[in-house]
Amino acid sequence: MTLAPPAGVAAEAFVVLDKVGKIFAPQISLAEELLAHLGAGLDRRVLHAVDGVDLTIAKGEALGLVGESGCGKSTLGRILAGIHRASEGRVRIDGRPVTDAAGRKTTTRVQTVFQDPFASLDPRMTVGETISEGPIAHGFVERRAAQAHVAEWLLRVGLDPAFARRFPHQFSGGQRQRVAIARALAMRPDVLVCDEPVASLDVSIQAQIVNLFLKLRRDLGLTLLFISHDLGVVRHLCDRVAIMYLGRIVEVGTAAEVYGHPRHPYTRALLDSVPRLRLDPDAAGGVSPISGELPSPLAPPPGCHFHPRCPLAEARCRVERPLLRRLADGRDVACHLATDAPPHVPHGG
Amino acid sequence: MTGPILRVRDLTTRFRSRAGTVTVVDGVSFTLDRGEVLGLVGESGSGKSMTGFSLIGLVDEPGRVEPTASVELDGRELVGLAEPEMRALRGRRISMVFQDPMMTLNPVLSIGDQMGLVIAAHHRMSRADMATRAAEALTRVGIPEARARLDAYPHQFSGGMRQRVAIAIAILNHPAVIIADEPTTALDVSIQAQILVELQRLAREDGTAMIWISHDLATVSTVADRVAVMYAGRIVEHGPTTAVLSRPRHPYTRGLLDSLPSRGEPGHDLAQIPGAPPSLAALPPGCAFAPRCGHADAACGVAPPATEVGPRGWRCHHPLEEARR
Repeated sequence: MTLAPPAGVAAEAFVVLDKVGKIFAPQISLAEELLAHLGAGLDRRVLHAVDGVDLTIAKGEALGLVGESGCGKSTLGRILAGIHRASEGRVRIDGRPVTDAAGRKTTTRVQTVFQDPFASLDPRMTVGETISEGPIAHGFVERRAAQAHVAEWLLRVGLDPAFARRFPHQFSGGQRQRVAIARALAMRPDVLVCDEPVASLDVSIQAQIVNLFLKLRRDLGLTLLFISHDLGVVRHLCDRVAIMYLGRIVEVGTAAEVYGHPRHPYTRALLDSVPRLRLDPDAAGGVSPISGELPSPLAPPPGCHFHPRCPLAEARCRVERPLLRRLADGRDVACHLATDAPPHVPHGG
Repeated sequence: MTGPILRVRDLTTRFRSRAGTVTVVDGVSFTLDRGEVLGLVGESGSGKSMTGFSLIGLVDEPGRVEPTASVELDGRELVGLAEPEMRALRGRRISMVFQDPMMTLNPVLSIGDQMGLVIAAHHRMSRADMATRAAEALTRVGIPEARARLDAYPHQFSGGMRQRVAIAIAILNHPAVIIADEPTTALDVSIQAQILVELQRLAREDGTAMIWISHDLATVSTVADRVAVMYAGRIVEHGPTTAVLSRPRHPYTRGLLDSLPSRGEPGHDLAQIPGAPPSLAALPPGCAFAPRCGHADAACGVAPPATEVGPRGWRCHHPLEEARR
């Protein structure tokens, strides 16, 4: 397993997201435009789902992307996977862009595993057809060699090669997710984008799939963008972690350091919100919630998006956007109040 | 009055179909004291939600709570109660909060109207008094400007706020028991933490007992006084939460705990339970966990008896040593 470099940016950037943004704007028809001229209300609000994101991932590294619903983490993952076209900025894998000027995906080097294997597998295709469709279409395997190819990948993800002739409905959730992983890997990608791949699985099955990802990383040297709201799973699987809030990255660092000493107030609040397994009846149990609601991404607060919920917010935080900057210890933090001196008191305890 | 507020004995719920009979809740027994929080833990299909539905009388045909079961709420038997009598209790003495508030709130009624219906079902009260009572409940669950929000509709609330409304409806008539079925699973962690704290405070203030149904051991460990672990319709282990979670006696409880990422060394394989939970329609004979259990032997082909030692209990032929860790 590769050890992450201490810096927030990977030593050798294999995946580069450069000032990437994504704006979803309502499609306004001519009729609506005319009605607006006559005085009708028109919702012209745009959603800045991803806002100026700079991230890099080294070859063979696993980067966790953590945030709450609506923070833009899935949109960012889809931009890297070439499913969505970035409105701003550039996305490169090994120096080459993921999409062409028209927004069409131009590479097979990045593949995706989605959250819900009940929705992401075609119910009318056998598992074998599902896994071999991509490699055959792109000329990676001959049609007559497809069966062996399918068998190899089923074995790699811990399934019986005889399953190739079965349909998705014959499998449990965990098995389906293995099929979805095999389908992605059969394209021999360098980069795998995993969007909440264990969120819909039962606890005992979740551990099996987490172990599978660990094994595949060791076996194949995969580069991973692992999107999750589950801080525990990300800590377990990823070298570095990026924390996202309302479209922006607020903190990036090695998983051990970010979890041990969060430097952004949102990261700290998020970690404090997670219930911990309480084993001592006398231990101060419970969670300390973040005050306030998650603001609407359609109308995020000005300045630092987190300032209305931040216990440390000052006047400056309400007007000026804090940029992601490198601290002396190599951590990237987007907070006006973050200082170079690491905090003395370890977090949590 | 003393004694437990809820006493459940041999609760068994079966679904009949042409393909055969499936037992989804199998001989569940427990007691719940006033103000106590019981965590009901298990994976999908373990019968934890069905236990909740059975207690509150919401099992529909072809499902049926076996008449040999007994559910005593405050000394009154609920099994076999006629529907009008059950309705008089439901929402007043015992109420339920569900996982997805989008499914349980009526989208075409204002929050105030929905809350008014719940009050009117049990009390004669003027509209003004109802509004006051509803606004009080909303304030108690942390909804600001409660009076003004009574006219709002569910779609105007965020997910977290909707779940607060559902909780406010559950506490409207100050029930003795609340059944909360995965009340925070659909919420983000920061919102989940808020709801956890609110529900705990409410239970403490009112002395309301709660059954907290969840698959998340960490959440249960922060809220529950006692925990019952379910597998394939049966309670396989129960006892004080920290005792059960720190020194599990049943191999399934131990397997669940060991598979948590927070318990493993980052980057190393997690301990995993092999296989998948069994189909209730084709349960193995004897101990249902035996096919996935590292301790199983020939003895496990016979259903393990319930062992009760002090406040703890388990169903296993080969319980783990007490002093294992």
